[in-house]
Amino acid sequence: MKLTGAEIFVECLKREGVKTLFALPGGVVLKIFDVLYQQKGLDVILTRHEQGAGHMAEGYAKATGRPGVALVTSGPGMSNVVTALVDAYMDSVPLVCFSGQVSTNMIGNDAFQEADNIGLSRPCTKYNFLVKDVNDLAVTIKEAFYIATTGRPGPVLVDIPKDVSMNKADFTYPGSVSIRGYNPTYEGNKWQIKQAAEAIAKAKKPILYIGGGVVFSGASEEVRELAEMCQIPVDMTLMALGAFPGEHPLSMGMMGMHGTYWANMAVHYSDLVIAVGSRFDDRVTGKVSEFCPHAKIIHIDIDPTSIKKNIHVDIPIVGDCKRVLRELIQVLKATVNGDQKDLRKPWWNQIHEWQRAHPLTYDQDSNGPIKPQHAIKRLYELTKDRAPIVSTDVGQHQMWSAQYFKLSSPRRWLTSGGLGTMGFGFPAAMGAQAAFPDKLVLCVAGDGSVQMNMQEMATAVVHKLPVKVIVINNRFHGMVRQWQDLFYEGRYSSSDLSTTPDFVKLAEAYGAVGLRAKKVSDLDTVIKEAIATDGPVIVDVPVYPYENCYPMIPAGGCNHEMILADSPELKKKMEANGKVTPEDKDTVLTA
Amino acid sequence: MEHIISVTVENKFGVLSRVAGLFSGRGFNIESLSVAPTLDPTMSMMTIVTSGDDRIIEQIVKQLNKLIDVIKVVDLNETEFVERETALIKVHTKAEDRAEALRITEIFRANIIDSTPSTYTIEVTGDIKKVEAMINLLQPLGIKELIRTGRVAIARESIRPALAQPKRVAKE
Ligand SMILES: Cc1ncc(C[n+]2csc(CCOP(=O)(O)OP(=O)(O)O)c2C)c(N)n1
Repeated sequence: MKLTGAEIFVECLKREGVKTLFALPGGVVLKIFDVLYQQKGLDVILTRHEQGAGHMAEGYAKATGRPGVALVTSGPGMSNVVTALVDAYMDSVPLVCFSGQVSTNMIGNDAFQEADNIGLSRPCTKYNFLVKDVNDLAVTIKEAFYIATTGRPGPVLVDIPKDVSMNKADFTYPGSVSIRGYNPTYEGNKWQIKQAAEAIAKAKKPILYIGGGVVFSGASEEVRELAEMCQIPVDMTLMALGAFPGEHPLSMGMMGMHGTYWANMAVHYSDLVIAVGSRFDDRVTGKVSEFCPHAKIIHIDIDPTSIKKNIHVDIPIVGDCKRVLRELIQVLKATVNGDQKDLRKPWWNQIHEWQRAHPLTYDQDSNGPIKPQHAIKRLYELTKDRAPIVSTDVGQHQMWSAQYFKLSSPRRWLTSGGLGTMGFGFPAAMGAQAAFPDKLVLCVAGDGSVQMNMQEMATAVVHKLPVKVIVINNRFHGMVRQWQDLFYEGRYSSSDLSTTPDFVKLAEAYGAVGLRAKKVSDLDTVIKEAIATDGPVIVDVPVYPYENCYPMIPAGGCNHEMILADSPELKKKMEANGKVTPEDKDTVLTA
Repeated sequence: MEHIISVTVENKFGVLSRVAGLFSGRGFNIESLSVAPTLDPTMSMMTIVTSGDDRIIEQIVKQLNKLIDVIKVVDLNETEFVERETALIKVHTKAEDRAEALRITEIFRANIIDSTPSTYTIEVTGDIKKVEAMINLLQPLGIKELIRTGRVAIARESIRPALAQPKRVAKE
């Protein structure tokens, strides 16, 4: 039987096991939306902006490990989703995005709402397809899902011209695909793995430096086994949080620009760095030429281009993290046979000393304004029993969330790492909530970031996605303000957000619930109330605006040279600036 | 250092822009690039002349390999290879220079492929040294137009006798 392109599209998604589609219609995709309207089994979540659709698909993918799917129209629909594609490409998120295109005979004529979707998405997708013939549609969709989800995952775009969605073809869904130029390497080289095992057995001061690849590859168990067997401390990148339990005694927390003192000191002074599914990003390495100067480096990654891109590697192993670690553990079991506690003891003593010397701290005066760290820490403590999924936006609140949320399992941490996309958090949380309707999903947002995709509150209300958004409201682009205080003599050029809207009223305007914690003693009750509320909630937490996020490695600085607190002068200045009581803030907010 | 990289790609729409986009997006140099179909019409062969230190060349090769439409990448600098380039050179020829132009053409075993009373168009093929030497010699006569194909290169077959007989696949 012949099906239209639109029907083939829907059939293919079903065969791929897609349950949820994040979408926004337009002229050239109306045929597809018409078929979507008449089918059952695929949930269509109508977003209010295509960027929202893209980030929701990302959140869905990060939380489930299955590809997120978005559908947008040609021209502006496509250009609006580009940010999400760039974000997904940077963070290796499996995404299949379908865009509408003008009819094949109009392509290239500057037709209404025509854009070069292939050109726009080429640098921000793992691959992209323009489907010129309805007979190619099914096989293209199959290939798109295959490419998005295998090897190093990433976004794939399929551009479907209007006539292709209307034309008819016989439908058969291919069982498998083979692409001669695409053969990811999954098994690590055995000889290299043996070298790695020998280096680990000998090392006195080894460190595991794990990244998002551990999450995608599902290698958490293996990391844990390796770390425990060889008593190796585990540094996590921003993308890896949750891949190793944050409260595990071997966990060092996050490393990098705002990582913990001990995580950064340990990597700097280590004699062996075991990088797993991480890519030596500049936010992690600091000054490349002085990154872990004393260490041999083992690098395990599925993407050969990640290896030796920024940093010289002594033992490169291309392969899937999980399989390589399995093999490595087997070799180590046979050679190390057991206890490395004694060998590592001096190293751990040193680490414990660092931990005691500079723990994460902040001062919370119980009658003073709420400190952002305190709000985030309480949120963590009050929700951890429910194993929430946590998303963040970008800025100070993101870094504090990374420091204080000690997640016990992977796929519960949704954050924009590589691109640092403000506005990611809320839609990403909604995407995760769509996948897990019964889980507690939190979004820790900044008052700046959250306004970048606030419109999606309408989507959350209509589709009953009960995300709890906690706005750490410092009435600044806080991270920008921090850099201005540290490096630009406190000139707050375009970082002041004092015209921030009243988030409680804003929530209510959308038909959601708005709550506010005015003082420290409100925090727990308000958080509990938010969690007990059925639908989506915005919790506005006006916080002390002049808090800076530490530790901090200034851009281009060395990992062991962290700024740990405001300098005395800056501290004085911050205190003078900060003479705003919570009550004052409240009048400002509601004025 | 200069490297010549030979890249076998799918012969389909958009592949050139993926390769070019990779080079521009990552700040790699392209000194020249030539592309044409192979014996198998589903594939094309690109010869890319680029430069960079070892780390950059390693990245270029890996990044090319990562492109899904790329089937095979060979850094020819790792082997022995031969390279050729063709240039078409249109020179002004005043009456008194025409003999000199012909002589240079002969020395380089080049061909005159078009001639008018005031110009010769000369075709020269050879390695880059030869092509550039010829251009340098013709310059004083006045080059009106110059077009070069960019280099193509192919690995030398190893001279072990067993391998020395290539299958006759193409006619001369
Ligand atoms: C889309 C986008 N635009 C600009 C930036 C640059 N930027 C990084 S952090 C930041 C401020 C974020 O402010 P807010 O969301 O209030 O978070 P805070 O730092 O105050 O916690 C800005 C503007 C960005 N990361 N993303």
